[in-house]
Amino acid sequence: MLAAPAVADSGQPAAPYAYRQLTDPEQEARAKALMEELRCLVCQGQSIADSDAELAGDMRSLVRERIAAGESPEQVRSWLVERYGSWVSYAPVLGADTLLLYAAPLLLLLLGGLLAARRLKRRAR
Amino acid sequence: MIAEAGLAALWLAAALSLLQLVASLAGPRVPELRRLIVPVAAAQGALTLFAFLMLLWLFLRTDLSVQLVAANSHSMKPWIYRFAGTWGNHEGSMLLWVTVLTVAGALLALLERRLPERTLHATLGAQAALALGFFAFLLLASNPFARLVPAPRQGLGLNPLLQDPGLAFHPPTLYFGYVGLSVAFSLAVGALLTREVGPALARTMRPWVLGAWVLLTVGITAGSYWAYYELGWGGWWFWDPVENASLMPWLAATALLHSISVLAARGGLRTWTIMLAVVAFSMSMVGTFLVRSGILTSVHSFAVDPARGSFILALLALYVGGALFLFATRVGTVKEGAGFDIVSREGALVLNNLLLSVILGTVFVGTLYPLLAEAVSGEKLSVGPPYFNAVTGPLTLALALLLFIGPLLRWRRDSRPNAPRIAAPLVVTVLAFAASFVLDPAMSALARLGLGVAAGLAVASLLPLAGRNLRRTPLATWGMVISHLGVAVAIAGAAADTAFTEETLAAARPGETLAVGPWQVRLGSVVPVAGPNWTAVEGRLSASRGGRTIDLQPQSRFFSDPPTETNEAAIRTLWDGQLYAVISGAEDGGRWQLRLWWKPLVTLIWLGGGLIALGGLLALLGRWWRGRRRVREPELAYA
Amino acid sequence: MRRRWWLAVPLVIFALFLLAVGWRLSAPPDATVKSRLVGRAMPEFQLPAATPGRPDLRSADLAGGGPKLVNLFASWCVPCIAEAPVLGELKGRGVTIHGIAIRDAPADVAAFLRDHGNPYRRIGADPRSQVQMTLGSSGVPESFVVDGRGVIRYQHIGPIMPQDVPTVLAELEKAG
Repeated sequence: MLAAPAVADSGQPAAPYAYRQLTDPEQEARAKALMEELRCLVCQGQSIADSDAELAGDMRSLVRERIAAGESPEQVRSWLVERYGSWVSYAPVLGADTLLLYAAPLLLLLLGGLLAARRLKRRAR
Repeated sequence: MIAEAGLAALWLAAALSLLQLVASLAGPRVPELRRLIVPVAAAQGALTLFAFLMLLWLFLRTDLSVQLVAANSHSMKPWIYRFAGTWGNHEGSMLLWVTVLTVAGALLALLERRLPERTLHATLGAQAALALGFFAFLLLASNPFARLVPAPRQGLGLNPLLQDPGLAFHPPTLYFGYVGLSVAFSLAVGALLTREVGPALARTMRPWVLGAWVLLTVGITAGSYWAYYELGWGGWWFWDPVENASLMPWLAATALLHSISVLAARGGLRTWTIMLAVVAFSMSMVGTFLVRSGILTSVHSFAVDPARGSFILALLALYVGGALFLFATRVGTVKEGAGFDIVSREGALVLNNLLLSVILGTVFVGTLYPLLAEAVSGEKLSVGPPYFNAVTGPLTLALALLLFIGPLLRWRRDSRPNAPRIAAPLVVTVLAFAASFVLDPAMSALARLGLGVAAGLAVASLLPLAGRNLRRTPLATWGMVISHLGVAVAIAGAAADTAFTEETLAAARPGETLAVGPWQVRLGSVVPVAGPNWTAVEGRLSASRGGRTIDLQPQSRFFSDPPTETNEAAIRTLWDGQLYAVISGAEDGGRWQLRLWWKPLVTLIWLGGGLIALGGLLALLGRWWRGRRRVREPELAYA
Repeated sequence: MRRRWWLAVPLVIFALFLLAVGWRLSAPPDATVKSRLVGRAMPEFQLPAATPGRPDLRSADLAGGGPKLVNLFASWCVPCIAEAPVLGELKGRGVTIHGIAIRDAPADVAAFLRDHGNPYRRIGADPRSQVQMTLGSSGVPESFVVDGRGVIRYQHIGPIMPQDVPTVLAELEKAG
């Protein structure tokens, strides 16, 4: 019920692949995995795979149609990122601005490990 | 008069919290003031509870001359929602928060016997400082008892969408948990002030943390199931900021629970336990701030107010900043406890804390990173499930693997770990991992590992009971075993959901049959139905597998006030999974959009969450029981 | 007294957190998603006419001539009604406006134009938001200023209200 879209509805029929799967299960699986990583443009933080908003339906249809036409998920993703910025993808691209994000778990692990190891050594003395 | 009585009680309680703070600051030098602390804490708790009961009464009788009631309630609401409406709004929820905080303070003041008096008084001072800030917030910026003149003839709060048992009882569960952590926070601050950090502190802290942790576990588990059936797309965890806000205190509390057991049993990890106690409540406040201020967009909508957000932020800065400052300047003088080897119970618990802290840190960084990135570069980006799953998945599996041996190790030093016992779960893991290739060659690697580790952990979690007299095994040990089993069950559920879920999305005419997994689902008819404040179309589905047929009736509902359309999923739980059906809209040619999922073993996710909480509850009961009987047994600190 | 530097690390992290959220509270989030195509060539597209008997819209129509405004609208969109008279005024000042009707039916578009005026020279129908997504737009109404060489110069998100007219005219001027 929280999925109620924030914008008015057109009342027009949904795009062909908004609520329908591709017949090739392998293509559908690839499309589905991608849809879960794309952010609905008009929702409050939902992926297009979890939204009843009309534009989310149109985006699902776009993803399925392009995958069915032979594009790779990464091509579809970058087509969208080119237009909407990295905001549209839930998987941030590794780059200068996301270096800290991806390094954080490793840094934390390293720092915590060092602290713990120092403790152990001191105790061993 | 009821509202005025409540307000007067609130002001009086606020004044008492100021007195309590002054008394505990001056206490070391002025014995007369020192004697006041405990009775004042008790009176403060009683007065605040009285104020809360007054508000409850106002809501139950729908006194519309009170602004809060007029804005949020309605005399036609079922009584249970009038009751829950008391805390279903900002002012009421803050009053509930302060009530639980002060009642907890009163209980601590009256019941605590183990702690040195100096530390108890310092702790109650910290608790009074916390309460004072929230009293100020309540009385100056969000008075729940404000009158409305003239009184309206009817209230505004009849939004049917907000009449949901989940919404009514989920927030207070989390609040009780947060406030339990506030006691741990105050104890840590008190101990930093007096520099008395030792097993007594840990034993005082433990029941509060255990209780808080049980409630947070229940709250998160219930919240996840609620999202699962409400959102109607079969997902159960979205790594949404509001979800992360509730997960972070839980992660910190889980780590704290384990480090407390080292402090209680062996006197070790003093600095670290103090740190975690501060962090756990800080995360609760950070979470409350993130949710209430609305600075991060979330699918879980809340009434947000930036001005109130600023107030909470100011309190957050004061309390957390103050505690961390005390920590940085004072904890260096706290004496460290007994040493230990890496291969020991302590060693395993340190590793557990390390992994949990890294997960916590990652969730924290990931949740706030979009904010940070935009502040620095002006660019918007999204951090979502791909990032969080990639980081927390492997770390969670590492934690689970650690559980294979951790609980079997001896304290201090274990030169000869019990090899056959450790080998058994590993063998099970390898077998399950291999079986997953036979079962489904196309499964994702993480799901495969998850199933394997979950199977091994299910065995490993029971091993601490092996060779024991089960009737004489302490409840706390049972609690640990059940909680750890719950972890295995939840991991199995999550992995099974990822690996085995079958999805069918299609537009069907009445009479058509769709296949999802092993089920044949026939759309019998679509009929209009009406409820008290909605109309709906209802799909009459019958699903059959083998000889068995079950009926499902998903609805697409239309509410007129406010105009909203919702999908009510039909979910049927069977022993081996759930069948999940949604009907969403009409298409051309008399067809209806149907979404069907067959989710094998998905219920294990919440069953696991329930087991984790149950284990905590058993440990809490066991310790309380043992404390009452005052049986002096050798300390077996498990939970 | 043994002071260790790392004991202050949590305090430093917390201060960073306060800085970040303090900044956010002082600069409330902008909920709109801006198109990345501003400054780049209009992508190619061909849209059928949104109402029978009126000209359709292709990207080729945007490449030649002077600067123009491309307005994404819909008959079901309430703010578009508020925007309609302002577009009429812009047209009166000699601005070329093309429309793209998002998720709309021909009869509804015709009724909308009848009721609220028709400032558009050409209107393309985008029944499944495909061109909207191609342009990096996420809602209606939205408008793009396109220069004489077919390059997108400016994006206006939300209805163009009377107070926005000078900005839009200035952007059109710059694109000329």
